[in-house]
Amino acid sequence: MSDAPAPRTPAPQTPAPRTPSGAPPAPVLRMESVRKTFGGSVVLRDVDLEVAPHTVTALIGASGSGKSTLLRCANLLEDIDDGAIWLDGEEITDPRADQDAVRRRIGVVFQAYNLFPHMTVLENITLAPRRVHGIARAQAEKHAGELLERLGLAGKAGEYPDRLSGGQQQRVAIVRALAVRPRLLLLDEITAALDPELVGEVLNVVRDLKADGMTMVLATHEMGFAREVADQVCFLDGGVVLERGTAEQLFGDPQQDRTRRFLRRIVEAGRL
Amino acid sequence: MTVTEDESGREGADAEDNLDDADDADGRSGGAEGAPDDGYVPSQRRLERERYRRTRARRATAIAALSTLVTGAVLYLVVVGAPGWPRARETFFDEQYAREAFPKVLEGLWLNVRLLLVCGAAVLVLGMLIAVARTLRGPVFFPLRALAAAYTDFFRGLPLIINLMIVVLGVPALRLQGVTVDPVLLGGTALTLTYSAYVAEVFRAGIESVHPSQRAAARSLGLNNRQALRHVVLPQAVRRQVPPLLNDLVSLQKDTGLVSIGGAIDAVRAADIIVGRSLNYTPYIVAGLVFVALTIPMTRFTDWVTARMDRQRAQGGTT
Repeated sequence: MSDAPAPRTPAPQTPAPRTPSGAPPAPVLRMESVRKTFGGSVVLRDVDLEVAPHTVTALIGASGSGKSTLLRCANLLEDIDDGAIWLDGEEITDPRADQDAVRRRIGVVFQAYNLFPHMTVLENITLAPRRVHGIARAQAEKHAGELLERLGLAGKAGEYPDRLSGGQQQRVAIVRALAVRPRLLLLDEITAALDPELVGEVLNVVRDLKADGMTMVLATHEMGFAREVADQVCFLDGGVVLERGTAEQLFGDPQQDRTRRFLRRIVEAGRL
Repeated sequence: MTVTEDESGREGADAEDNLDDADDADGRSGGAEGAPDDGYVPSQRRLERERYRRTRARRATAIAALSTLVTGAVLYLVVVGAPGWPRARETFFDEQYAREAFPKVLEGLWLNVRLLLVCGAAVLVLGMLIAVARTLRGPVFFPLRALAAAYTDFFRGLPLIINLMIVVLGVPALRLQGVTVDPVLLGGTALTLTYSAYVAEVFRAGIESVHPSQRAAARSLGLNNRQALRHVVLPQAVRRQVPPLLNDLVSLQKDTGLVSIGGAIDAVRAADIIVGRSLNYTPYIVAGLVFVALTIPMTRFTDWVTARMDRQRAQGGTT
């Protein structure tokens, strides 16, 4: 990513929480009027999003609708053009914010796993705890071992990523993201590169994380899964959150014509 | 946890296993290697095919042998039949001079080997620093980036022999206080200057060949730019560039012979001395053969490493 600050128009000066006392807890992640362009094409247009603690937000929509870009912006892997993003009430899109410190609090799992091929599973997982968080090796390895065990990967610590199946690699990637105890987990189409019979093992892990109360935002094409785990579903179309609501509302009674058409195509493809 | 345990429990899959096989967990007795114990009897079809392949292999060997023989004979006739051959044999292939030159050349070669070791190490360090300097981002590093780019452009373009003459002959001419005039040190410096530029480009190509998603993954874990480079990008870049690096090292090895132009007594210069006295060129042939003999093991090693890495990649490894 370029370190050069993107040209910015003045952001709204009102990051103050709008929740009156006694109202639902402050959101973990909040996006307001986020705009992102690549060259001449507008990828995100005026996107608002709020993610409450211990909830799962699913981003659905066709390829190229801006789901992945939204996640990359939330993790500051992409600079936004306009708008603002808050993590736990702190504006992270402020150019004065410490980007590395922000990323330390957000875990990301990528579609293509992005494991480090020159490191063993254990080294992949303990890299950030040891180098970034300064945790002693023994302690980092113990924690990694516990997480591996929980995700059914006991005994894989010494393997290199290319010796594992896709589903195993993706579970290692999830462990790697969890090892730094993130405040928020971003999952970017984490089953899209997997063979169909391996999708289940990865989705099971996400189900368990939800049960543990992990706050997650996931971009996905697995509509059945989104319907099952998501507290909030956002349908993105052309860089806009066209429709949002609970899973029941959005899948059961979509209001927008485009949403209905998208869901119908999914049903026809046998994916719902 | 509802995750299936069966495949994570499967340990020690054999080395030939590729990613696709790793998924089917059940019922794998024996690997691709060794005879599986399932009462299999080769069919007539298979035996016939193998017979045919054996015949063809025998014929190929025979053709190769014949063609080598013919080529050798033609070369021999061309060289030996040349009108100047008797004279050339005297000046280039004189056993007497060869015997005299060999120990001297070997003695000089020790200097070449030492130069190779010292310059090789210096080149790796300097090349890496230059390559990293070129990949630094941020406005603060602009002068460093520009300097590194100018350096590689200049020294990759400058012929090594001219570089050597400038350093080995030019620096002593300046009569600077405290600066060495030793042709070995100066020659080594010139070699290091040129080869650092080559090796920096090799490293830089390696750094750029690491997919951006690797850096993204590192940054997403909270590693800063330097940590991502140090722990994620550079280890992969260096591993990938081992074959081209060894190639440059082989090249450096023979180019250490060029320090002789400054008067350092290496293998080439040792031969030169005898040639100058006797006007017989056999010592050059001896020196040349000695260099070839020295580079062959290194070249073979390079080939071996390259082949091994290609094999790993073909197996779905992500080196």
